[in-house]
Amino acid sequence: MKHKLTLGLATALVAALLTMTSSVFAQKSATDDIAKYREMIADGNPSELYEAAGEELWKKPAGPKNATLEKCDLGLGPGVVKGAAAQLPRYFADTDKVQDLESRLMTCMLFLQGRIPQEMIDSPFQRGPKKDMEAIVAYVVTLSKGDKIKVSTNHPKEKEMFNLGKQAFFAQGGPMDFSCASCHAENGKRIRLQDLPNITEQKGAAMGWGYWPAYRVSSGQFWTMQQRLNDCYRQQRLAFPIYGSDVTIALSMYMAKTGNGGTVETPGLKR
Amino acid sequence: MKFINIKKLLAIGGAIFLAGALNSQALAQQKNDPKYNKMMQDSFRAEGIAGLDRIQQDETQKFCSDPVFAGSKQGEKMRDKIQKINMAEIKQPSNGKYIGDWKKGEAIAQSGRGATWTDKADAAVGGGCYNCHQIDQKEISYGNIGPSLTGYGKLRGYSPEVITYTWNRINNSKAYNACSNMPRFAHFKLLNEQQIQDVMALLLDPASPVNQ
Repeated sequence: MKHKLTLGLATALVAALLTMTSSVFAQKSATDDIAKYREMIADGNPSELYEAAGEELWKKPAGPKNATLEKCDLGLGPGVVKGAAAQLPRYFADTDKVQDLESRLMTCMLFLQGRIPQEMIDSPFQRGPKKDMEAIVAYVVTLSKGDKIKVSTNHPKEKEMFNLGKQAFFAQGGPMDFSCASCHAENGKRIRLQDLPNITEQKGAAMGWGYWPAYRVSSGQFWTMQQRLNDCYRQQRLAFPIYGSDVTIALSMYMAKTGNGGTVETPGLKR
Repeated sequence: MKFINIKKLLAIGGAIFLAGALNSQALAQQKNDPKYNKMMQDSFRAEGIAGLDRIQQDETQKFCSDPVFAGSKQGEKMRDKIQKINMAEIKQPSNGKYIGDWKKGEAIAQSGRGATWTDKADAAVGGGCYNCHQIDQKEISYGNIGPSLTGYGKLRGYSPEVITYTWNRINNSKAYNACSNMPRFAHFKLLNEQQIQDVMALLLDPASPVNQ
């Protein structure tokens, strides 16, 4: 009941605010209005609905093995969810890989529930198995809200992933010559009215990494980090990054490590 | 979106690269890193009009993917070479006309659409100019990755030198600044000749709102 009320209120407010930002209010006020909106619904982020669904999915037996995800090891030991997302990506000995939250969850679904990762990889965002994934992600990241971003590059594979991510961040391609760095390597830059964090610095990286996954007001959807990165590559006019592929994990490692010490504000609330 | 000149560019660029490699140690990311290459190869798939050729870098993209080297003293020769390669392919307008219709130019400047994997092959590609530049003062929703172009012609004048420079810059910005953030609109056929004439008019027609 409280959720429904908050969500209704939030929708009305955002409609009003978006109208305001598109008219005479210029430049700065667009950012200010989003900040105001965030403040107003701070105790009622629509992500809560995803989070509640995710908690249910976490505890519900599923897959060929009819098992729950409750014994999933996200890096702090089997079943420990609190604080786990703040320390991802990290190296996992059982897969001998550096994994982000979503690739790790696919491993748990495979090991514990017998669910085939390829089905998740091939599914479009916001539909089918990805819908479950998105809810589970919302649940997991909410349990790191307020923690410090604390990602390690002590393991050689973590260090390697960081370096690969840095290289990928600056790699240009496609018909517009864009890289991540085209938009995210300088302070004070904007595309139209949208402020762009400088991800090459701690402050900007924490702004970028710390607020995703997030509820996106413009699309009315909860977006995981994988979907955020996917849409970055779409706008860069590059080819389609495969869900959970190494380039997405490498970029995540670069962002997270650069943002170390910043606060996890997930699930965030975005334009 | 085909990388037509990629082989030629790679051949020329490869020779330059080898020459440069001999006297430089700042080549960290210019090196061919097999692990990185494999990661990129395995991490993407084609979708719609966005083929895997988009991951293949031409020599300009490869050079600019290492901004530390590209901006260094050691990178200077290569920088000049990249600019020459890009300058060499700029074509002046086939009908001798540089200035089109500023109203059409404004529409092109406004649109940031096209060339993504969710776009159809025949979908018009916008210039996306306002994404990065202030242009007509009346448009308050503009980005700041590029310089402000408000009052462009009024401030610079309408001389043949200004007109040719602007034409070249829109066609291929890398001819002047090897690692300019601006797309190469003619090289990748993002805009055709007429569309570039229209964008030119937005900047350089004395009647354009930009010059009021």
